[in-house]
Amino acid sequence: MSTAIELRDLRRDYGERTVLDGVGFELAAGASLVVVGPNGAGKTTLLRILATLLRPSGGEVRVLGARLPEEAWKVRGRIGFLGHAPLLYRGLSGRENLRFHARLHGMRGEAAEDRIESLLIAIGMERRADERVAELSAGMRQRLATCRAVLHEPELLLLDEPDSNLDEAGRELARELAGPGEGRARVVVTHDPERFLAEADRVLRLEVDGSAALTEGALR
Amino acid sequence: MTPSTVAFRAILAKDLRAELRTLQSLPAMALFAVTTFVIFRFGLDRTSLSGSLASGVLWATLLFAAILGINRLFVSEREEGGFDAIRLAPIDRTALFAAKAAALLVYLLVLEAIVVPVFAIFFLDSAAALPPLAVLLLLADLGLAATGTLISSMAVHSRARDLLVPLVLLPLVVPLMIAATGASEPLLEMGGPSYERFGTWLAVLGLYDLVFLLVGYAVFDFLLED
Repeated sequence: MSTAIELRDLRRDYGERTVLDGVGFELAAGASLVVVGPNGAGKTTLLRILATLLRPSGGEVRVLGARLPEEAWKVRGRIGFLGHAPLLYRGLSGRENLRFHARLHGMRGEAAEDRIESLLIAIGMERRADERVAELSAGMRQRLATCRAVLHEPELLLLDEPDSNLDEAGRELARELAGPGEGRARVVVTHDPERFLAEADRVLRLEVDGSAALTEGALR
Repeated sequence: MTPSTVAFRAILAKDLRAELRTLQSLPAMALFAVTTFVIFRFGLDRTSLSGSLASGVLWATLLFAAILGINRLFVSEREEGGFDAIRLAPIDRTALFAAKAAALLVYLLVLEAIVVPVFAIFFLDSAAALPPLAVLLLLADLGLAATGTLISSMAVHSRARDLLVPLVLLPLVVPLMIAATGASEPLLEMGGPSYERFGTWLAVLGLYDLVFLLVGYAVFDFLLED
């Protein structure tokens, strides 16, 4: 089985403060990794490095076979990222936002419209999709952000607290879209490991001192 | 169409659509310019201006009005995650620079379509200078859009954005302002426009535009890195 992520001795510094130190793991294509740890342990930093949004300070990072940051251009468009910010423009409607992201990812025409419509229906937002994002609740924005993250059918999904602001119905719908399956690898950062442990192949625990501990083996 | 062209059009359309809905930049720019003309009219106590004075009033006003738009050019990308979205997409990031510069160019052209007639009504005896002035405005706007986009993309990450943009931008646009005022001075002379050294100044403006468009293209990718 091919490898989606390979990390060796990853280090990331912010000035003189080291947030990640010697983090290493491998994740097979199609597998799920859950990342847990206290605030400030570097969970979001790790996710942003994997998403090519941050440069590592040291170590070796390979994502979908590309060495980061040198070959980041090879994997952009193959990663779906759901971070703390929904990456949606408040002045545009949900549908316009999804169209915008579809065009950035080279999706156009009827195929893009069909994909957007099916995602909006799947997440229960088809009736509110033409309202401006500024007028939507935080939970609805999170639903749209989930659609945005999976819109281009990425091979690797990076999810930072994917359930935040979602009600129980929203969580279930989001899980349908961004859950395990379809052969894509997933890295999920969460403060609620119980919810995601059942679907995790590996669990990585990060500590505030920058260290990491990996729990091996299939957990699901 | 290449992916970069698609991205350019998508970003430009998104910016123009958002501005049409929220009206965050253009009304402020136009109101500022018109108010400044009113202040000049009463401050100078003149109903008619010509030559260097007319040229100075016009370009100083347009420049400071443009700064209002430049300050806000990347705010949505910064506050709503647009930078991350574009960095995650498989596109040439200079598409963002080109689209933002094009959006700023549109703002400046719309601004001038509103306020230059107001300037003419307030200060000019005839409208004969307006057609050649339009060519000059277009060339100057192109340079201002390139430089403004570059500076705005750097300043937007700072909390002192509103202070940084004028501090860094104004020295950089001195050559552009010298050329623009130098070219418009004979156009705005009393008794009708003359074209003394007009071509030379246009060439200087064209060169300025080219240099800053190339600088923007060359360095913008690095500006988006963390």
